[in-house]
Order: sequence, then C-alpha cells, then structure tokens
Amino acid sequence: MPAVQETIDQVRQIDVDQYKYGFETLIEMDVAPKGLNEEIIKLISAKKGEPQWMLDWRLEAFERWKTMESPDWARVDYPPIDFQDIHYYAAPKSMSGPASLDEVDPEILRTYEKLGIPLREQEILAGVVKPQNVDEGEDEEGRLTAPNSSRVAVDAVFDSVSVATTFKKELEKAGVIFMPISEAIREHPELVKKYLGSVVPVSDNFFATMNSAVFTDGSFVYVPPGVRCPMELSTYFRINERNTGQFERTLIIADKGSYVSYLEGCTAPQRDENQLHAAVVELVALDDAEIKYSTVQNWYPGDKEGKGGIYNFVTKRGDCRGANSRISWTQVETGSAITWKYPSCILRGDNSRGEFYSIAVSNGRQQIDSGTKMIHLGKNTTSRIISKGISAGQSNNTYRGQVSANRKAANARNFTQCDSLLIGNDCGAHTVPYIEAKNATAQFEHEATTSKISDDQLFYCMQRGIPEEEAIALIVNGFVKDVIQQLPMEFAVEAQKLIGISLEGSVG
Amino acid sequence: MLEIKNLHARVAEEGTEILKGVDLTVQDGEVAAIMGPNGSGKSTLSYILSGRDDYEVTEGDILYNGESILEMDPAERAASGVFLAFQYPLEIPGVATMTFLKTAMNAQRKARGEAELMTPEFIRRVKASAAELKIDMEMLKRPLNVGFSGGEKKRAEILQMALLEPKLCVMDETDSGLDIDALKIVADGVNALRSAERSFLVITHYQRLLDYIVPDTVHVLYKGRIIKSGTKDLALQLENEGYAQIIGEAA
Repeated sequence: MPAVQETIDQVRQIDVDQYKYGFETLIEMDVAPKGLNEEIIKLISAKKGEPQWMLDWRLEAFERWKTMESPDWARVDYPPIDFQDIHYYAAPKSMSGPASLDEVDPEILRTYEKLGIPLREQEILAGVVKPQNVDEGEDEEGRLTAPNSSRVAVDAVFDSVSVATTFKKELEKAGVIFMPISEAIREHPELVKKYLGSVVPVSDNFFATMNSAVFTDGSFVYVPPGVRCPMELSTYFRINERNTGQFERTLIIADKGSYVSYLEGCTAPQRDENQLHAAVVELVALDDAEIKYSTVQNWYPGDKEGKGGIYNFVTKRGDCRGANSRISWTQVETGSAITWKYPSCILRGDNSRGEFYSIAVSNGRQQIDSGTKMIHLGKNTTSRIISKGISAGQSNNTYRGQVSANRKAANARNFTQCDSLLIGNDCGAHTVPYIEAKNATAQFEHEATTSKISDDQLFYCMQRGIPEEEAIALIVNGFVKDVIQQLPMEFAVEAQKLIGISLEGSVG
Repeated sequence: MLEIKNLHARVAEEGTEILKGVDLTVQDGEVAAIMGPNGSGKSTLSYILSGRDDYEVTEGDILYNGESILEMDPAERAASGVFLAFQYPLEIPGVATMTFLKTAMNAQRKARGEAELMTPEFIRRVKASAAELKIDMEMLKRPLNVGFSGGEKKRAEILQMALLEPKLCVMDETDSGLDIDALKIVADGVNALRSAERSFLVITHYQRLLDYIVPDTVHVLYKGRIIKSGTKDLALQLENEGYAQIIGEAA
C-alpha cells in the first residue's frame, strides 16, 4: 500500500515533533491594533469597502456579543481567552484586492506552493488541460488512486484576506459565482443580504456572533438553478500573522436542482502562543439541490507538552431548505489544540437528506469535542452519521451528537455509528449522544463501539515484516475506511497520509 | 538453518518459566515436527522464535543461519525469512487482504534493500499462489481474516507464507479447526513449498497432520524440554501409545 509507505517516508523526513506546515511567511503586513471594539469593526468594514447595511449588521452583532458568555459545556479545558489581546485584521501590505495573480506578493504564492497549491500553475492550465483518461476509482486492492490531473478551483485566504481565486472565468461561463465574500458583498448584495445569517443567526452562539461582528474574508458560492458545478471548489485557509485570529465566513447557496462539491483545507505556522480561529460556514440547499462539503483541518496542534496551537471554535450548519435537497459534511480533523465544532444539518424540506462523515484524530495533548446535529423538521427526512474517533497520546476525543425529530417530521430516519479507537493507555474517548423524537413514526438508530489496537494485531503485522509504525497506520486507515471513501479522490489520498503523520510517535 | 541452544524463557510480565533448556537443530530443507501435550510450551516456542516481546529469554540462544536473532524485533526476523503461521490468525478490519499482502511483501523487500514490487507483478504472483490453494480472488478483496471461516483463515496463512517466500516456516497447530478436505488443501500447499533451502517447524498436537505433511524428524516437547527425538515413526508410536509412555521413559 504505497499510501502508507509514503506516509512513513514522509514522517521520516520531518522531525518527530515537527509540524510540516509550521513555517512562517515573512512579508510586510498591514495589521489593525489589538482589541475588539466598534472602531476596529468600522476599520474592517472600511478596509473591505463595505456598504452601510453590512457595517450595521456587524455592529448589531457586536452589541449582542457583548452580552454573551463563552460556552462551557464542551469537554475541553483551556485558560480564559483575552479577546482584547488579539488582532482582528491582518493583511499582506502589498495588496488591496489583486486584479490578477500577477499582483499577488510572490512570497504568498511561494507559501501556497509549499502547501501544495500551485495557484499560478492552475491559472495557466485553466482551460488548456482537459482531464485526460482520468484513472479514478479503486485499484485492484481497493486502494484509492488519485487522478493524474484534476482541476480544482481554489480560493486562497491568507490571514484576513482572500489572495487569489482561480478558474474564475470558466466558472462564470457556467454561471457559478465563486469569489471572496468581501467581493460578493459589493457585487452581489442581493444574494448576500438574502442568505447571510439565514442559517446561523447572528445571535446563534458566542463565537458565531463574534464572527458576525468581525469576519474578514472567506468564500462565497452561488450555483444557479439546474447547474452542476463543473469542478470542485476549494478554499485554503492560512493563518500567518502572530497574535491574529482568523474569522472567515463562508456562504454557499445551491439553487434548485444544482450540485456543488466544496473542499476546505487549513494550516498555520508553529507558534508558542495559542491562536484563535472562529469561523462560520452556512450552506443553503434549495429544492433538489445537493452540496458536498469536505474539510481537511490541519491547524497547528501545539507541541508535545500542549504549548501553542490553534483554538478552533467553528460553527458550521447546512440548511436543506428545499424538498429533496441533500447536504453532506465530510471532515478529517487532525490539527488544532482544541476543536469545538458540530457541522449540522437542518432537514427542513420534505424528503431531504443530511450526512455527516467524520474522522477525528487526537494525539499529544489535543482536545476534541466534535460531532453533529441532525434536526429533522420535514416529512420523510433521513440522516446518516458515521463518526470515527482515534485517540492517542494524552489526548481527549469526544463525539457529541444531537438527533431530533420535530412533531411534524413524520417518518424521520437516522442512523448513527460512532466508533472510537484508542492507541496507548493515557488517552480518552467519549461519546455523548442526544436523541429526541417528538414524532412517533421517527426511527433513530445509534451504534457505538470502542476498540483498541491490540498487541496481538500489532505482533501479527510485524511478524509479516511490517514495522510497528507502518502497522499502526495500516490498522488505523482500515478503521477509517468508510469515511475516507466519502472524500473527493485527491483529498482521500492526502487524508490517509495526514492521519499517519498525526499519529507519529503515538506508541513508544 | 536453525539451532536452539539450552533455551530458557519466561513470561515477561509475571516470570513463569515456560522453556527450561530446549535444544534443537533443524537442517536446511528439513521438516521437523514438534509434538507434545497441552501446556508443554509448543506455542511459546513459536512466539519466541518469531520475537514476541511478551516472553523473555533468560538463558541460551537461538542461532538462525549461524547468527543469534535474539536482538532482532519481529519485523526484522520476518524480513530475514522467519515466518509464523498462526494458530489463531488475527482480523484486521477495513484492510483488504490484497492491501495487507502488498504492504507486507514490500516492507520485507524494503528491509532487504530490494525494489518494491510493481502492481502487475504482484497481482500475477497472488493469482498463481491463490489458485494453488483454491482461494477465490474475491475473498482477497475482503478485509484480512474478517468473517473468514476457519479453513479460509488457515489457507490465507499459507498464501502469505507462499508469497513471502520465507526460509524458516514455523507452523503453530495449523491443523486445528480444519476438516479433512481443508487439511488436504493446506498440506498440499505446504508440500509444494518444500525445498532444499527451506525448513519447516511443524507444531502439532495430533499425528493426523503428519500423514499429509510427512516430517523428517519428530521431537517431543514436555515441560519446556525436548524429551525425545526420532523419525516419523515416533509420531505413530505417540498416536498408538499416547504421551504417558514416552513421558514415563524420560522421567
């Protein structure tokens, strides 16, 4: 299995304690003073050239936020955050909205290249290279193979601003709008006004409200009725600047009968202090529309002793607003010091379907409290949850999930499967399901297992000549296979490697 | 091939001594059967040969092609040609048997400094070996040993042995849980692998297996020591008289 072999090679290349994406990009930055107040919000709004309605929206959120308290019900433990000690805006100095890639600081382009996102190349190749004889699917061993050439439109967000969006022209031809949300606010105010905050209300929760006040950039996607988006859309988030929070806002609307698949990747430099990431993602699927949203989250997790790392407090929610609509979340979570995240589906339209596939890997001192909510409101709505938690080191990994059926949700169905795998004796796995059915015809199933990689399994693999770490990677990749299969092809290969790297040093 | 010298070993955790001075030599190409009643240390011997760290060698040595292997971990021993066919093969959920086979073969090749097997060559080898063992290729797409019948598990063990081309094959109670048809298939598979460069240590409780895999030598292990060695006739004698007679002689 070359993917596993590659994982091992890759692990060898980096030091045990080294996070691959831990480098810093040295460029001149335009940074707002620390602290959260009306002046800062006005500054952000002005920097983005926003209309008054947007500023008003932000300020209202800020008023709300001042009355709210940080949630404390999750199984995570961290010192109080001083929200006045964070920069809420940081942008590369050389740019105030580049017209083309040529205007982007070459340092930034190099950074994305290091991260494996050749923006420039993709732009050049746009429309020239057609996927040739794409060798997708599984090879004879059931292993995932990546297509030779794949076209993915990328929006790259560097600290607070979007630096480049590729394939714009081709997407425009199909009628798909894919642009930084700051641009969308200026260019498509009617769409933004209609949908922003319609899934995650301004006052939803502490971090979402904060995001509503200070969000800086993120992606906006609109797929018109009946259009199948011609390529995968992807956003790459990068926190670079010190003491900076990243507060991106993503809004995706799939109009009637449309389809879109969206990928999100995240990394950050290695720093001793904690950095805050509080994003909001809203998805809206109208009648017969489908949205697939995949995340590979690899924020810096902190060092072995738990120093540094990203606090990832994210609100993600999808609204299956129309009949027969479908939203699926797939996430691979390997990074962050603390993860607090529950990508959810509101199943409002009759016959709508929500899915949540998750792999959450925790090592060292990472703390994960993650899961989903499936809120069944419409008739004949179905949902499916497959969660795979892997805990190693001294980490704690909690699955928290809510499944509920409204009184009108006749024939609602849910299937939930939560599997936990423990590596070593000092980590914890917890499963906290909340199940609520107010309609007698609802059928909810919940299955949960906890297992450990046994010494017998490891010895068996080693007796066949497979070294210990490769054996662990092999067994873990087997454990998460159901979820990996849900990822788009090139992400699946990446995710397999990432899981191997995240578990490096988990036995000793 | 193999020289076990005055081997003493105990359970690492609680210190119970299981092997109390085993002496055994296996020549190149020899098939040696180890027989003995329950609790005599047969399975322990197989684990210690393959390097399981639940046991601790306190005295003596194991020489494999003239060199001690006590300091080598299980994966290193495997790469140098030591193979153990498990009495109870382990299940690896979610890992297709084909994937496991390729991972193991390439890990061993890598450890020996050889190039990785390319997929077409790998598939060709698997198809050939699977056909001999009457293994359906469909079975190899399933996760390793998960939901396999007793016979399928043992055949999968022999398939791994055939593909990994070991020099020293240790087979732990391979006949347990097999009906007579499955036993014949497994024995044929083993016999096909017999060669002047490959030795076998066949651990079994019953003589039945030795009707199909005919050994060159037979050794009786009792209370952690080899108390009697002989030819294949010794196995027949054991079958007729039971262990009591020989144990009595040795005492």
